Amino acid sequence: MTDAAAPITLRRTALNATHRALKAKMVDFGGWDMPVEYSGLIAEHMAVRTGVGLFDVSHMGDIQFRGPGSLAAVNRLCMNDASKLAVGQAHYSAMLYPNGTFVDDVVVHKLSENDYLLVINAGTREKDVQWVRATVGTMPSIHINDYSDMYTQLAIQGPRAKDVLAKLTDTDLSTIKNYWFTWGKVCGLYNVMIARTGYTGEDGFEIYIPSDEATSARVWNEILAAGAEFGILPCGLGARNTLRLESAMALYGHEISDEINVYEANLGRYAKMDKGDFVGRDALEAVTAVGGPKRKLVGLEMVERGIGRDGYTVCAPGGGAIGVIASGSPAPFLKKNIALAFVPIEYAAVDAEVAVEIRGQQVKAKVVPTPFYKKPKV
Amino acid sequence: MAYPAEYRYTKEHEWIHIEGTNGTIGITDYAQDSLGDIVFVDLPKVGATVEAHKVFGSVESVKAVSDLYAPVSGTVTAVNDELTSAPEKINTDANTTWMIKITLTAPAEADSLLSAADYEKFVSEETGH
Repeated sequence: MTDAAAPITLRRTALNATHRALKAKMVDFGGWDMPVEYSGLIAEHMAVRTGVGLFDVSHMGDIQFRGPGSLAAVNRLCMNDASKLAVGQAHYSAMLYPNGTFVDDVVVHKLSENDYLLVINAGTREKDVQWVRATVGTMPSIHINDYSDMYTQLAIQGPRAKDVLAKLTDTDLSTIKNYWFTWGKVCGLYNVMIARTGYTGEDGFEIYIPSDEATSARVWNEILAAGAEFGILPCGLGARNTLRLESAMALYGHEISDEINVYEANLGRYAKMDKGDFVGRDALEAVTAVGGPKRKLVGLEMVERGIGRDGYTVCAPGGGAIGVIASGSPAPFLKKNIALAFVPIEYAAVDAEVAVEIRGQQVKAKVVPTPFYKKPKV
Repeated sequence: MAYPAEYRYTKEHEWIHIEGTNGTIGITDYAQDSLGDIVFVDLPKVGATVEAHKVFGSVESVKAVSDLYAPVSGTVTAVNDELTSAPEKINTDANTTWMIKITLTAPAEADSLLSAADYEKFVSEETGH
């Protein structure tokens, strides 16, 4: 099962052979043949919380906007205000449909004046690129490029991530603040983008290197070797999912989708309504005008024994269906069973009691604050 | 070695060790490896009846839920309560970590179960090895 040849229809990152050599279990993730775990999901999750882990996230896409019109295009396309970004700074944002639901969430990086990079999700890459071209492709003074296949993107995550990367670069990593980035020499490669970003709720870095197999495998292996003294583990999408869930970060198709609007997803703080028009703005204003969303994403913790999982029904205690779990799983670090779920506003307050239907039985749960996990202040 | 010769197996990846009319049931090493880190088991109570090829409980890893199927029919005589607090024991040693013990009510049903060699062949065909 683990090392059988994948159907040729699945796409592979440059590190596919490396993952298979490490005996990773591989899965189809949004059309990509990706590692779900290597040594074990819980061990990988704990490595990131307590030490350091390494992820291949090359399936993510990269769209670059260049030219004097690029800021206007990014700001029309995305709900956050890119005019607030300094060169070398990034922020969380999202592309919306006119009805205020999600095309995708993105991280916008300001590479230089008139030059922006949007990092987008793997499963939505083609849709995103088409949406970008259809929505802002004819705006003036802008050049849009899809560079998705040109980079191998590696995420080094965990409290010791900085110590590992420091051994491989002469860049002073302490000068890179959270959600900022720079360029430096990494593993002998010049001009590598080094971003203090990630999807684990932990400190960490993402680096973007050339996507040829030899370079990708060399850098991957050098990071693992440099991290050995800190107990580094290669980590798969399984741990990536539980880490982001503990940190209550959205995953496309779960907490955000073309059927969920920004306020329902609890991401209104990233929608800058005063920056001027953007796609989806009118719909969001209309939601506010009628008193806000009818349902909202909340954190749930199982009170009774049971694991609420993706798609399970949320019920009023002893009553009928009121909502649905977007993502649910055991939380390996917190050692609780947690979920992000959509519930009506009247059930969205912390400590509200609900139930999750698990194989025909109602199992008690309660609303808790999110994120479930917050990294300790250093 | 992965699959003890004295056990019998199902295509749903349970094993049963039958001694007389007593049966001890667990899941196979292949099943635990496929599931990954096991965090939860849901088992019937002593005195419950289980029916051949029907679901008698479930086992959950961090990322997946899997139903447990009874290899044969019977009445539950013991439940491994240790698995409530330490379900990861199944990952450590699936062959000796039992889930339930039953008294067989239709011992002839066991004739249709797989031998260790047949099960190993079945798994290798299923995985393409």
